[in-house]
This record gives sequence, C-alpha cells and structure tokens, in this order.
Amino acid sequence: MLESYIPIFIVMFFATVIALGITFSSMLLGPQRPNKEKLSTYESGMKPVGTTRERISIKYYLVAMLFIIFDLEVLFIYPWAVQFKKLFAEFGISIFISMFIFLVVFELGYLYAYKKGGFEWD
Amino acid sequence: MLNNIQEFYNILPLIIIGGLILVSLIIEMYSESSEKILPWLSIIGFLFVGIYSLVEVGRTSIVLQNMLATGGVVNIFWLIFNITAAIVCLLSINYIKKYGAYYGEYYIIIQTSVLGMMLMAGAKDLIVIFLGLEVMSISFYVLAGFNRNRSSANEASLKYFLLGAFATGFLVYGIALIYGKATTTSIDAISLNFSALSGNVLFLTGVLLFLIGFSFKIAAFPFHMWVPDVYQGSPTTVAGLFSTAGKAAGFSALIVTFAALFGGPHGHLFTPYLSAIAVFSMLFGSIVAIMQTDIKRMLAYSSIAHAGYMLIGLASGNIDGVAGIIFYLAAYSFMNLAAFGIVSILEGKEETNLDLDSYAGLGTRSPFIAGLFALIMFALAGIPPFAGFFGKYYVFIAAIKSDLTWLAMVGILSSMISVYFYLRLVVIMYFKSSETEDKVSYTASEIIAVVIAVVFVIILGLAPGSFIDLVTKFL
Amino acid sequence: MIDLIYLAVFLPLLGFLINGIFGTKIKNEKVIGLIGSGAIGISFLIVVGAFFETLSLPADQRTNFVNLFTWMKVGTLDVSFAYQVDQLSLIMALVVTGVGFIIHVYSIGYMHGDKAFWRFFAYLNLFIFAMMNLIMADNFVLMFLGWEGVGLCSYLLIGFWYDKDFEKSTTSAAGLKAFVVNRIGDVGFLLAMFLIYLFFDSLKFSEVFSRAVSFDVPEHIFMLITLLLFVGATGKSAQIPLFVWLPDAMAGPTPVSALIHAATMVTAGVYMVARTSVLYAMAPTTMMIVAVIGVFTAFFAATIGLVQNDIKKVLAYSTISQLGYMFLAMGAGAFSAGIFHLMTHAFFKALLFLGAGSVIHAMHEQQNIQHYGGLKKYLPITYGTFLVAAMAISGIPPFSGFFSKDEILWFSYTNLGFVFWLIGVITAIMTAFYMFRLYFLTFDGKPRFDEKQTHPHESPKLMTVPLIVLAVLSAIGGFIGIPEIFSGAHGNVFHSWLSPIFKSANLKLSYFGAHSHFEEYLLMAISVAGALGGISAAAYIYLKRPSIAANTVERFKSIYTTLWNKYYIDEVYDATVINPIVNSSRSFLWKIFDNKIIDGLVNGLAKSISIVSSLIRKMQTGIVQSYALVMMIGILLAFFWIILSL
Repeated sequence: MLESYIPIFIVMFFATVIALGITFSSMLLGPQRPNKEKLSTYESGMKPVGTTRERISIKYYLVAMLFIIFDLEVLFIYPWAVQFKKLFAEFGISIFISMFIFLVVFELGYLYAYKKGGFEWD
Repeated sequence: MLNNIQEFYNILPLIIIGGLILVSLIIEMYSESSEKILPWLSIIGFLFVGIYSLVEVGRTSIVLQNMLATGGVVNIFWLIFNITAAIVCLLSINYIKKYGAYYGEYYIIIQTSVLGMMLMAGAKDLIVIFLGLEVMSISFYVLAGFNRNRSSANEASLKYFLLGAFATGFLVYGIALIYGKATTTSIDAISLNFSALSGNVLFLTGVLLFLIGFSFKIAAFPFHMWVPDVYQGSPTTVAGLFSTAGKAAGFSALIVTFAALFGGPHGHLFTPYLSAIAVFSMLFGSIVAIMQTDIKRMLAYSSIAHAGYMLIGLASGNIDGVAGIIFYLAAYSFMNLAAFGIVSILEGKEETNLDLDSYAGLGTRSPFIAGLFALIMFALAGIPPFAGFFGKYYVFIAAIKSDLTWLAMVGILSSMISVYFYLRLVVIMYFKSSETEDKVSYTASEIIAVVIAVVFVIILGLAPGSFIDLVTKFL
Repeated sequence: MIDLIYLAVFLPLLGFLINGIFGTKIKNEKVIGLIGSGAIGISFLIVVGAFFETLSLPADQRTNFVNLFTWMKVGTLDVSFAYQVDQLSLIMALVVTGVGFIIHVYSIGYMHGDKAFWRFFAYLNLFIFAMMNLIMADNFVLMFLGWEGVGLCSYLLIGFWYDKDFEKSTTSAAGLKAFVVNRIGDVGFLLAMFLIYLFFDSLKFSEVFSRAVSFDVPEHIFMLITLLLFVGATGKSAQIPLFVWLPDAMAGPTPVSALIHAATMVTAGVYMVARTSVLYAMAPTTMMIVAVIGVFTAFFAATIGLVQNDIKKVLAYSTISQLGYMFLAMGAGAFSAGIFHLMTHAFFKALLFLGAGSVIHAMHEQQNIQHYGGLKKYLPITYGTFLVAAMAISGIPPFSGFFSKDEILWFSYTNLGFVFWLIGVITAIMTAFYMFRLYFLTFDGKPRFDEKQTHPHESPKLMTVPLIVLAVLSAIGGFIGIPEIFSGAHGNVFHSWLSPIFKSANLKLSYFGAHSHFEEYLLMAISVAGALGGISAAAYIYLKRPSIAANTVERFKSIYTTLWNKYYIDEVYDATVINPIVNSSRSFLWKIFDNKIIDGLVNGLAKSISIVSSLIRKMQTGIVQSYALVMMIGILLAFFWIILSL
C-alpha cells in the first residue's frame, strides 16, 4: 500500500534538496561584503523607526473574529443553493424550511453580537 | 430530515434544549435582569427534558438518516445530563453572584454544553460524536474562564483549551484514519466490518487515537494533567459540571462506539490499553490525592481515580461492565455534584475557605452540612449502603466475569487507599477544633440542590437493582 | 389490600422519620404519641384488610408476592424488596402490628414525662418496621435485614435510659450484652445463607424450598444449614446456650420488654424455623436437636424462675421457658402448634409485662416482689387482667394458653416420646407455681411496704384499656385453635389455615403409631391437674404458710443458691469464654498484634504511600508544555503497544 506514496516521497525529497541547495549555494558562492546600510531593516527606503511589535486595538480582533464566524456560516449556504433544485425535487418544501431554521439561528447570533455591542468601535 | 411525526417526538429533547438556547439568547438580549430569569428557565427546561427522556425510555429508534439514536441507554444518559445540569444551575444561582461573574450567559453556555453532550450520547456516526464533543468542549473552555477578571480562571481556561485542542487533534486524526480504511463514518457499518478491518494497522491506530482523544475527556492517566489545575481555577459549580456530566458524556461516546463490539470476537482487542490506563488512573488518583491540601484539587484527583474504576467496566468488555459503568456514572454524578455543591456553599469570597483546614470544626458549627458532607465522603469512598459501593461492586464483578480478577484486585486496593483521604476530611470536620465559630450561611436553593443529590445517592444505594434492570433491558 | 402491604411495612418507617427528625421540635407528647401509634394502627388495619382478602381467596391461591423494587442483582443473585403475603406471614403481621399498636398506646401513658419521649416512639416505630421486614420478606437477605434491624432496635431500647444503673453495671452494658450475644447467632444465620446460596443458587424462599425438595443435596448439608440457622434462632429467641442476654434485657423500659423481649422479637427465631420448615424436615437430626434444646431450655428457665424476686426477671425466665415450648413444638414437627403458642404467648406475656409495668409504675419503680403484697385493692384493673394472664400461661382451660400448650405437649408425646412429654408437664407445673407465686406475692396477702409513704394508685386509662384488650385476647384467643377432639367435624381451624405452608414439610416427616382419643383426654387431664396443683401449692405456701418457703430454702440451701444465681451460667461464661478472650485480646491482640504488627504495617504503608505521593505530585508542574509532554509520552507508549502487539 505504501508503494503508491513513493512518487510523493520523491517529490518531497527533491523539493527539500533544491530548496536547501539554492539557499546554501548562494551563501557559499556569492561574495559577502556587509555594511551598515545593507544590514538595516528594509523599509522601502524609509528610515526604520520604533518597534515592529506594534499593539493593535482589541476591537480590531473582535470585529475580525465576528467576521470570520459569520463568513464561514454563510459558506454553508453555497452547497445548499447549488443543489437546491435537486434537493427540492427529492425532499420537497422541508429542504427550504431547514435552511430557514439555520438562517434564523444564524441571525439570532448576529443580533446577539449586535445587541451586546460587539460591532461598536468605541 | 424527519420522516414522520414520531421521529419528531423522539428527538424532542434535543429540539427543546436547542430552542431553550435560542429563547435564552433573546431574553439575554432584551431583558435587564436576565440573570434572574435564566436559571429558573434552564432548570425547568432541563427537568422537563430529563423526565421526558425517562418517560420515553422504551421508544428506541434511529433517526435523521442514521445519524442519531434515541431511547434506551441514550435516554438514560440524557436523563443523567439534564438532571445534573439542573442541579448545577440550582447551585449556581447564589454561587456566581458570590464568585463575581453574575451574567445570564453562564446558563446559556451550560445549555449549549448539555446539547453537545446529548449529541455525543446519541451519536450513530463519528462526525456527530465529533460535533457534540466540540460543542461541549468549547462551552467548557468558556465556562472554565467565566470570570475573566480572575487570573486563575484565565489560566484554567487557557490550559484546558490548549490541552483540549491538542487531544482533539488526535481524536480527529483517529477518525480520519478510521474513515480512510473503513470508507465510512457510520458506527454501525464500522462495527459490522470490524473483524475484517481489525487486522489493519492504520485502522487500529485510528481507533487507538480515537480512544486517546476520549481518554483526555474522561480524565484518565496520563491524559489527566489538566484536571487539577482546571478544577481549581474554574468556578466550583462549573468544576462540578465538568467532573460529572462532562465525564458521563465522554463515557457515553465510548460506550456507543464500543458496546456494539462486545460479545463479538474482537471485544477484547483494546483490553490491554484500557486496563493499563485504568490501573494507572486509579492508583495515581488515589495516591496523589492523599497529599493535597486544597479540597478542589483533592476532588480532582479523586475524579481521576473514579475514571479508572469506570474504565474497569469498559476493559472487561461485557454487558455487565457497561451496565456497571452507567450505574457508576449516575451514582458518581450525584455524589460528586453534592460534594462540589457543599464546597461551593462553604467557599468564601475571593476563593477563600478552600483548604482542608478551613473545614475544621464543621461538625459543631454546621452539623447538617457536615453530616451531608460526611455521608458524601462515605459514598465516594465506596462504603455501603450508599450508591458508590454498588457502582464499584458492579464494575468489579464485570471484571471478574471477564477473567480480569487482577484488575478488580487493583481496584479494591486503590479503594482502600482512597478511604484514607475521604475519611480524613470527616476526621477534620468532626475531630479538629476550629479557630472560628462562624455558622455557615446558605440559601434555600443551594441546600435543596445538595439534598436532592444526596437523596439520589441514597436511593441508588438502596435500590441499585432497579436501575441496573432498566439499563440491562436496553443493552 | 394485599397490594398495599408495603404500606404496612413502610408507615412505621415514616413514623420513625417524623418523630426521629422533628421529635425535638414537636415537644407535644400527645402529637408524638399519636404519630407513633397512629402509624402502627394504620399498618394494623392494612394487615387486617390483607388478611380478609387472603381469607376470601381459595386455599391454594393464598400465597401472594408484592414486589416493591429490585434491591441488588448480579448474575443469578437477585434480591428484591419483595414481600410474601401468605398465611404464616399474615398471622405474624397481625400479632406484631396488633400487639404493637396496643403497646404503643400503653407507652403514651407509661412514658409520660420522660425527657426523651420522642426518641422512644421513634425507636419503637423503627422496631416495627424492621420486624415487619423480617416477617414479610420473601427472601433470606431481606429477612436478615429485618433480623439485624430488630437487634439494633433492641440494643437501642434496652439502653434507652442510658444514664441509669442496672444491677452491677449500667443499662448500656446490658444492651451491649444483648447485641454481642445476638451477633454470635447472626454469624450462624449468615453462614447458613451462604450455604443456601451455594447449594440452591437462590435466596428467595419459594425457590429455595422447591429446590430443596427437587435438588439432590446430601442430608448432611441440610443438617449443616439448619443447624446454622438454629444457632441464629437460639441467639434471637434466647435458647440454650445463648439465652443469657434476655434477663439483662429487662433493663429497658417495661413496654419494650413487653413488645420486643416477650411478644415479638424473641419469637423471630421460632418464626424463622417455621418459615424454613422444609429445610428442617430434610434434616431429622436437627429436628431432634431443636426439640431437645427446646424442652431443656423450657425446664431449665422454669427452675430459675421459681426463686427470682424481681418481677420482670420472673417474667423474663418465663419467656425463655415458653420459647422453649415453641422450639419443642418445632422439633416435634408440630409447626402450626408452635406458631399457635407463639400467638397466644404474645397476648398473655405482653399482658403480664404491661401489668408488671403498671405495678412498677404504681410502686414508684420498686421491682422486688417481696416488697409488694395486697395490691389487689389499689390496682383493681391491673389485678384482674394479671390474673387472666396468669391463668392463661398456667394452662387453665379455657384460657388461650391451655389450648396452645396442651397441643404442644400432645405432639411431643406422639411425635417424640414420653420423656419429652414428661419434662414438658413438669415444666408446666413449675410454670403454674412460679406464676402464682408472683401473683400471690404481688396482689394477695398483706402489704409488705410502708403504706404511709407509698400510695399505689391505678394507672391512667391509656394504660388500663390496653390491659383490658389484651386480657380479652388472652382469655378467648385460644378458641381459634380448638383441638379436633373438642370441635369435632370442623377440625382445628388454625391448623387448616396454616397447613398449606407446612404441607411439604409435613409430607417429608412421617410419624407412625396410632393414638386414641382416650390417651389425649388423659394426658390433658394430667397436665391441667398438674397446673392446678402448682397453683394450690403456691397458694398454700405463700398465703397460708410463708414459713414453708423459708424452711425449704434453709433445707436445700445449695440448690436454692444455685437457682438464685441462675446456675452460675453468667459466671461460667465469664470464666470459660469471656475472660480468656478479653485477656488474650488485651495482652496479645491489642498490645502486640494490633499495636505492633497491624499499626506498624498500616502506619508504615501509609507513610510510604505518602512519600510516593509527594514524589509523583511533582509531575504536576503547572506548566502547560510539560503537561503536553506527558500526554505525548503516553500516546507514544500506546503506539508502541499497538505496533508491537500486531
């Protein structure tokens, strides 16, 4: 059974060898003449200022998380919509009702987030 | 899809709990004093569902395109979950106010976790088990850290989440491997082909990983590391829920997946693994509990030991063992809930009064509470005529029937060790004088919750045969 | 009503719970007494209802089972809280709840003003609950539960006045003695139960008894089982050699002596032998042993009773003696005669004790009959009822004791032989003598107490009405068991009622030899004449010529002191059994075995476990990465196992 995986192992082997080979060959073959400008952080020509560990407001994460949750839930509607005609022929109106129930639950969650001030920036 | 109205009645408990969550959400949105309404709404809902499950226990069926089973043992589990949750809600009314987390969402999350447990107990498909497990676990992670202003709660929540996610990873990987070989996730189909599949190393590894995932949930050695820290950090009532309904849910999933194999030629395939973790859980839990000075940590280690006793029933791989586990779970749920309930009553503000020494002199300060607590400790130690004795008795008998007498012997040995720390608490309560003369103050709802649990412990201890009869009828 | 029989069992428990939990809060004696006796009264009515319902059924359908719930079930062991309502258990239940109710009512008056009034009624109700479980049980385990329960209540009630002195020690010591002696018997019962389960694979009466007949079990097994059961019976029913606790049990309040140590609990052993009559019938040797022990106990206790001066002690020895008669009946295979005597004995012995209680009450706790005398005029009702009871126990026709005792004597003659009958009759004569000695010294003659200081007065109605009810029962109770020679065609009603229970046992036992009616009349006449002789002797000695008593004592000094000291049985037990055990326990078991070996082992083990515990708890570092590491190691080990095992 494991034989069928041999091509994958070969690809993985070559990928590793080539990636490592190119990285290290440039280090070995190329000339190394470092100076201050070359070692500084590349900021599109600007002078680097301050730390890179910038703290971002928690509100940003809240909105981002809510976005992801509701975005993912909407995703469930796609397969349903694509197959709707076929499903409708097989199961009748109940296929519509079940998605409706799903949406009600979904909307209630949205409403809850809204009511609790999940979308308020300030 | 529902094929007929009978299916609707069969899954009514799930629909009610689901509807309860939505209604509670609406109340939480629009009501200013939701934290006063929601506990009672939850209790009524849980009690109704519990009693409904008991009434409909004889109506076994498989619904929703072979995804879910109802009736029989499933309904007995639903009964245990709901009664447990109702008692937890009753205990919480005063506790979360004291604890500093007085929000209505608390009850909504408990409801959600119960929904997850019910899905696990009724699952006929590995995907449904996973779905239920995640619904339950994520609710538990939130409940553990419910007071976000308290660093210990945050620590508990994060530890639980990290390790839980780690374990769930193995579980999902196990399901994937099983699917890879069996090309189905239906438990019945897998059980049917088990003999054909059981020679395959990948399939067996999948089953093993599945077992490991649940070993984490039921807090068996060596996947128990989260238990003491999480029980200590989370609200006491929530710890009560984790250790009772949470453990019962984990075992229910193990039973629905493995019970079908018992009696077949491969029923004993995983006995070495199960016996090993059973032995280590029992001995480790009992021995380490001796050195604990914090009551919640002590109960945490005792819960590890009890998981070990229950695993004996699973390791023996026969119907008696399964019936024994279910009885043990019911008995243990009520015992532990009563214990955590009393701890929550005695707990002061800011997590004080949790070390064992603060129980000194309780026998004279509050004879009633001390009496109840002593009774619970006797029950947990497995002293007849309380329910704890018969729980152990049934699993040990099952082990002896399967020629695992040595396992029962280890169980008895570990029970003897555990008597030490259970009775030490009784000794502290009655024979050690305290510095304070404070009477314990408690509200009616708390004491009623504890008394109900204690009454169940006594009833199960006096008439264990009736419960076992009910369970074995459906196995 | 048969289906409601569990109510009759559990109502007393309810009474116990109410009085036990809220007793201190209620305070009102009337309410407590009403709850306590009300619970028993309703139980009695239910039992009566069940009795008449059973009576209306055809004779072969009179055994009914009421299954309450499954108690424990493992493999073939299936023990339920189930009650067997049949002819035998109904008779017993009627006696227990009926006499129990009367004594409860009496106690309201007797215990008036006691500081722990509620506790008394709580214990009494608990006792009835345990006793009902004992007699209604349909299996050995439930019976054993009741068996232990009544022992516990007996212990609690003997030591009820725990702060009082009793003879040389305290009432609690007397309670302890009863409990410990009973435990010896209980071990026998337990061992018998194990053997029964081993050989018959069940503990349910109906199954065991049918299997006892059909299974091929050797006779010596039956002998062992029945002997062990009988050891239990000798403990509970105060037979040789375990009778020593009953005289001391008189330390309890008098209603307790009446209810527990005369009418009900002490007859549990007789009931148990009757219930397991099938097993006994399979072991003729045991039957003979039972008969010998019974008749010997009857004789032996009666001789001690001749010289005792404490009113309750006399009654206690007479109880032991009467219980001996019942075992004689059991050993003779006359099971229903034994149960009949059990019932009549419950009536007249309860009456005697309650009457004694009334006397003690009137005489301000004075119990020595030498300090009574002439109480007839002070206590008219007590006097009248006591006389009825004394006639009944002496076997004077037509009082109840005559019918039952005479039947036992007759069966011992036909089934066992002349010697048994002779000892029985001599015992009956002695019984008549010491009962009337007691009666004359108490009620007749001149007062031997200071009439100026002591003013005896009749007890309140609450106490006298129960006396009258019991007196009526003692007088006419025997008529339900009139022997065949008097009733003619009807036969013995009591026997035909009980006969289905003992049918299979009686089939096994066969006694040969024809006996004529003339013989029966003759023996009956002899025993009645003997009883009358005993009474007249007592009257002559204690009323006319008290000097005779003194002279006799003087002449047979050694016999008298032997009897007075109860054959030194307590001292013999102390010297041969108790002291060696106590001494060896003290010197070896306690100081060496327990202190050094056991404690050393336990402490060492505990210490080493603590050390192990403190080592492993270091595993719990609190760092989540190390937790994950432990999990990972576990998973890897599991992987190794599954790979290696394939």
